[in-house]
Amino acid sequence: MLKCRTVWRKLAPLAKSSSTLCRQNVRRAGLNNGRTPVCVPAAHMSSGPVGGGGDNLKYALLVGAVSVGGLVYAVVTMKSDQKRYEQRIEELSTRPQKTSTKPTAAQIQSEPPAVPEDQPAAAPSIEEPSSPAEVEAPKEETAPETTTPPADEPVVEGLPEAAAVPVVQEEPLVSSEPPPAVESVVLAEPAAAEPPASEPPEPQPEVLVESVADSTPVSLKLPAHAPYLLIGGGTASFAAARSIRARDPGAKVLIVTDEPDLPYMRPPLSKELWFSDDPAVTDTLRFKQWNGKERSIYFQPPSFYIRPEDLDGAENGGVAVLNNRKVVYMDVRGNKVKLDDDTEISYDKCLIATGGIPRNLQLIERAGEEVMKRTTLFRKIEDFKSLDKVSRNVKSVTIIGGGFLGSELACALGRRSTESGLEVIQMFPEKGNMGKVLPEYLSNWTTEKVKKEGVKVLTEALVKSVTCKDDQLEIKLKDGRVVTTDHIVAAVGLEPNVDLAKSAGLEVDSDFGGYRVNAELQARSNIWVAGDAACFYDIRLGRRRVEHHDHAVVSGRLAGENMTGASKPYWHQSMFWSDLGPDVGYEAIGIVDSSLPTVGVFAKATAKDTPKAATEMSGTGIRSESETEDTAVSPVASDTPSPAAENKDDFGKGVIFYLRDKVVVGIILWNVFNRMPIARKIIKDGEEHADLNEVAKLFNIHED
Amino acid sequence: MSLSGVFCSYRQEGKDKIIFVTKEDHEASSNAELVEEDPNDPYEEQGLILPGGDINWNCPCLGGMASGPCGTEFKDAFSCFHYSKEEIKGSDFMEQFTAMQQCLQLYPELYPQEDEASPKQSSKDSAAEGPSAANSNPAPEQDSDTSNPNTESSPGS
Repeated sequence: MLKCRTVWRKLAPLAKSSSTLCRQNVRRAGLNNGRTPVCVPAAHMSSGPVGGGGDNLKYALLVGAVSVGGLVYAVVTMKSDQKRYEQRIEELSTRPQKTSTKPTAAQIQSEPPAVPEDQPAAAPSIEEPSSPAEVEAPKEETAPETTTPPADEPVVEGLPEAAAVPVVQEEPLVSSEPPPAVESVVLAEPAAAEPPASEPPEPQPEVLVESVADSTPVSLKLPAHAPYLLIGGGTASFAAARSIRARDPGAKVLIVTDEPDLPYMRPPLSKELWFSDDPAVTDTLRFKQWNGKERSIYFQPPSFYIRPEDLDGAENGGVAVLNNRKVVYMDVRGNKVKLDDDTEISYDKCLIATGGIPRNLQLIERAGEEVMKRTTLFRKIEDFKSLDKVSRNVKSVTIIGGGFLGSELACALGRRSTESGLEVIQMFPEKGNMGKVLPEYLSNWTTEKVKKEGVKVLTEALVKSVTCKDDQLEIKLKDGRVVTTDHIVAAVGLEPNVDLAKSAGLEVDSDFGGYRVNAELQARSNIWVAGDAACFYDIRLGRRRVEHHDHAVVSGRLAGENMTGASKPYWHQSMFWSDLGPDVGYEAIGIVDSSLPTVGVFAKATAKDTPKAATEMSGTGIRSESETEDTAVSPVASDTPSPAAENKDDFGKGVIFYLRDKVVVGIILWNVFNRMPIARKIIKDGEEHADLNEVAKLFNIHED
Repeated sequence: MSLSGVFCSYRQEGKDKIIFVTKEDHEASSNAELVEEDPNDPYEEQGLILPGGDINWNCPCLGGMASGPCGTEFKDAFSCFHYSKEEIKGSDFMEQFTAMQQCLQLYPELYPQEDEASPKQSSKDSAAEGPSAANSNPAPEQDSDTSNPNTESSPGS
């Protein structure tokens, strides 16, 4: 550019004269490409006739010089672009390769002097033939091979600069190679979209260095690459980790979660843990299962996992959990993520299982800090602990929301109210508990049962405002009712966490929320989504998003299978369950939406048909681990329906079918247990049944 | 639709139909038609043994055995046992079994050494994730329970 300009300035006078000449020529020739033909390479110009004479000679010389200059400039630019491109490609391709240090005249840009210090320290410790450690492993690209033992093929792809790849070999030539190792390392770690030319010398040694042996100082460093990276540390993630480990021998799985806890099950937080006799339950987090045995809500004790720093060196792989870190950025093209502390981790396969965060009512959020301080959004262990403490210290608690979580918490707290005198209020806009799930008659019946658990239920309640007065909360409803309480629990839904959608370029579903994935739970190559955050295509029931525990297990397991090459669609239908006190318990499967037409087939209930009885008699444990406890229930609370007079309104036990276009798409087993496989089969068949009473016969509802 | 029997009552509430049935109503066997199952359907959840005869390491009935820190040792031992053609099944796999036992002992928290229970038993208690785990595989659970206690507990103790 500058060259051109200086040349132009020098030749300006000459150019002017020649330009007019040229223009005339152009006009004459009938061609007008609309440009002043001065600084343009000769090729673009129309072939103006060249007259004779000295002027023309000068003109010709000028044009020639200019065009040559232009050509030279173009060639130089393209060459340097080419070079940059090649460097980039080489950098990309050399990443997967495990490392052997090669001497290289790397023309890579600035190498920070700081980094070399780390390298020699790290490098010599590499001499572990059996361990597939990648010292200072640059972030990996889409390498199909997982961490193989130090590969002997340099895999450099024949690019001149490519030899800058640090490859660790067993030979100790390492010590002489720090500079090239450094350079390539620097090269290998641009932030996502940075052109290599402008690579900043960010040492980030904590990312580079691998923990191989415990003896070296580098053992405190996190892995820079995880063959299987699972974002989120909940149920789906754990199920996937287990699936991956089962199918891929020696797999190395890294779970990154922003919670401080290891993966745990959520259902007991709103059920069993509240019914425990143990006063230390908030610390132990243990509960009694259906078979009387106690277990922790954690899927596995800490000894099951390995430390993230040891992941690379683990001979048989393992599952590592990285707590208190959030993934804030995802680079899909580069196959890597960035954490909130700027650490970068690359992956081969990635699962997004970020779940969601509880929704809140806007008017509570806007009501100010005093109100927010007295509001609990319930989802995690810490919420359970805090609500447990609150419920022991206040006189009145109000639950806003009439769905699963709200109703379960209401019943759990209601149970407590009989001992402590705690006032428990539940309010929601629907006409009855589980109003969006159960048909109206059943929802009403359930509401009565919830009331018997000691809960003051306010139906058709729309909150208009919440204010803090005299250390209490005043809730004003739209119909004029006013409720005074000490604490609020908001259970008004879950907002799926799709924070990474933007950076990763992933589609978000507008109908159901969550990341949109296909029937095999895949969002894009190498990226799967499972659990609450996944809006997936169910071959049988259509596109949906499911927020239940069993779905997290099933989808997590499926994602893990597909991450290890299975290519299976979502097929095994997940189920869910709920218990509301000792009289009401149900298991359900499929689409259970109260807006659908339903057919309910009920039997007269006997005293034997309650969740309590089911736990005592059932021996196969088909119901979940977190079945209701079988400890003694307060006689006040229990209420077996009298068989005699109220035949019509006694929905003790039965089966409810949900229909869509005459096909059964959902089934609730109402106080009928251990029959889920039959229900699953009916949904899977997807047939039109003329007489659902006949189908109901398959369930033997009169038996236990 | 047909109403079977005198005792059955039926009413409609809006779009929802409610039927009450007595035991007698449901005594006759159902004439509802179900689609025949394909035992080799690749989409279906598999039990412990796959159609080809291999072990399904991802079977929920195994709990965390195949995926935990002793997963490799467990897989080796169990595979050897499974494919063993000896008359007393598994008599040729002492080495793998011992290796597994040694590994299990390193993690007592994970694999509590109960007297009568095999390691698999306790892992089921501590590791199963939820209903779908047990839901789809009640039968294999039985198999794995009965096939192992003899061989595992005697050399181990």
